[in-house]
Amino acid sequence: MSILLDRDTRVIVQGITGRMARLHTKDMVEYGTNVVGGVVPGKGGETVEGVPVFDTVKQAVEATGAEASLVFVPPPFAADSIMEAADAGIRYCVCITDGIPAQDMIRVKRYMYRYPKDKRMVLTGPNCAGTISPGKALLGIMPGHIYLPGNVGIIGRSGTLGYEAAAQLKERGIGVSTSVGIGGDPINGSSFRDILERFEQDKETEVIAMIGEIGGPQEAEAAEYIRDHISKPVIAYVAGLTAPKGRTMGHAGAIISAFGESASEKVEILSAAGVTVAENPAVIGETIARVMGKAA
Amino acid sequence: MDIHEYQAKELLSNFGVATPSGALAYSPEQAAYRARELGGDKWIVKAQVHAGGRGKAGGVKLCNSENEIHEACDEMFGRKLVTHQTGPEGKGIYRVYVESAVPIDREIYLGFVLDRSSQRVMIVASSEGGMEIEDISAERPDSIVRSIVEPAVGLQEFQAREIAFNLGMEPRLVQQMVRTLQGCYAAFSELDATMVEINPLVITGDERVLALDAKMSFDDNALFRHPQIAELRDKSQEDPRESRAADRGLSYVGLEGNIGCIVNGAGLAMATMDTIKLAGGEPANFLDIGGGASPERVAKAFRLVLSDDNVQAVLVNIFAGINRCDWVAEGVVQALRELEIDLPVIVRLAGTNVEEGQKILAKSGLPIIRATTLMEAAERAVGAWRNDLSQNTKMRAV
Repeated sequence: MSILLDRDTRVIVQGITGRMARLHTKDMVEYGTNVVGGVVPGKGGETVEGVPVFDTVKQAVEATGAEASLVFVPPPFAADSIMEAADAGIRYCVCITDGIPAQDMIRVKRYMYRYPKDKRMVLTGPNCAGTISPGKALLGIMPGHIYLPGNVGIIGRSGTLGYEAAAQLKERGIGVSTSVGIGGDPINGSSFRDILERFEQDKETEVIAMIGEIGGPQEAEAAEYIRDHISKPVIAYVAGLTAPKGRTMGHAGAIISAFGESASEKVEILSAAGVTVAENPAVIGETIARVMGKAA
Repeated sequence: MDIHEYQAKELLSNFGVATPSGALAYSPEQAAYRARELGGDKWIVKAQVHAGGRGKAGGVKLCNSENEIHEACDEMFGRKLVTHQTGPEGKGIYRVYVESAVPIDREIYLGFVLDRSSQRVMIVASSEGGMEIEDISAERPDSIVRSIVEPAVGLQEFQAREIAFNLGMEPRLVQQMVRTLQGCYAAFSELDATMVEINPLVITGDERVLALDAKMSFDDNALFRHPQIAELRDKSQEDPRESRAADRGLSYVGLEGNIGCIVNGAGLAMATMDTIKLAGGEPANFLDIGGGASPERVAKAFRLVLSDDNVQAVLVNIFAGINRCDWVAEGVVQALRELEIDLPVIVRLAGTNVEEGQKILAKSGLPIIRATTLMEAAERAVGAWRNDLSQNTKMRAV
């Protein structure tokens, strides 16, 4: 199977009765995702998009055998929902919610450590577009039609910039094994490193594309991991060469505050680790094609 | 969100952190009166602006008489203080804080930050107080003491003691230091701060541990549960365009260039700025209008971008995922008609329903410059801006 998600993965949507959640549940079902239910406290017994709604994640897991969850819950309650999923035995959780307080995320991460590693839920996001394994399943809000099935693994912090990369690949007839959004927040569930580790093991992935941006240590940490542990070719792009120091650029996590956090420093560190860096966002697809030997 | 020094000191003192006695003033007369109330014969007058580096920029003055307080205040009030953290435009001084001067034996640096590597709160301390932390890490890295707080149990006393002893503090002062550290941590975690900095924390001649300066920043995402903190916002310290954008749910950062940008998504917005630079131009702003680019949001975005007089061309780059290009195109057409924009406007649409979107732009009869790729859009924007520039120059020559 693909990393994290497959055609048969049973999915629930937390916060399914919200307007955006309904819309995206419909899109996911149409894409072929195996959505089996939803959770909204106090709305158990209702039906949304043909799937049953439960009061608690535990009830949903018991009734449907759900393995994955998509969190669409408003910021003040989202951290609580992620912990509920972790406790109910959900294996993989994507949190879309943008605007969760950083200290809530610190608590979520601490809470997840109470489970041994083999039983610990994998979390991606918050503040991300989700995960897609093209042609199989979609757990998120991205437009499915811009991805072709294929062998490039994508990891990105930004939603629409990830779409840009996928669209450039599609234009060249290149497909994607899985695209994972890790989100734009300072405290996130999975880092570049965590997902790189999965792509290295994944038989369907031949090359890995990393789409980073200014702020935080995760690109530099990934560079070290790539140098020592990744045998597959890695291509990277880092957004924000023109971003000034000390100003937050839209994402709570996109602020340059230490060495190794500016775009040019990240490019330098990644290049030194053997990563092929696309110099600008217009050539991400072209660079991946060149590395795959498909360029004219 | 940032707050003023006097506000941070008040919050921290509620958590048991000791500070010198002081009072706020909105005028030179009030400052002199406050000094008289405080008593003593030496005071510090400190400009209240949201920036560090005030001392070097003339925003902190030691005064020995009420006359000197008047003089110091006359130089401060109404002026823009320019420090290395404010940018060339500076920040306006509308309030000063008058504090009793204290005899200082030692200065310590103390900072609490969200550490993104450990994903926890980290305490950073140094025996080299009074210097900027960047300079301390460059010049005296060995003087820095670090400690990470376990979120489940909070800052433990032994950790606070370790920090105090590692800073070389006298055993009889350690208990005061422990109280200070625990107070700062409690304030940090209970009030959802993202940064607490006390620089310097001083040991006075009479062996008190006092926060001589204090800076706090808060998590915007957590302000909903701290209305008393949200009230401390001082818009006079913010870029007016950025606060207007924030009030409208848009994320805007003003820059020095002249090509305005309207983009959906923060990463794509930064990538668009980078591409403009690569094409030989300079972006005028960062602007993320969010996932659902409704016609109203597009219109608001145009208004915001055009409020910057340096803007000579506008580049719209929308990758429609959730929304549809035809809808965005209608928003652009509507905004251009309503606002009667006479600058070159370059629109690049991609994603869902892109053909319908292009048709709407073409049919509108408006002089919109269309582009299909990101690079093409940036090149056309830079080209249009240059043309515009040369035409203006010609007109002036005539």
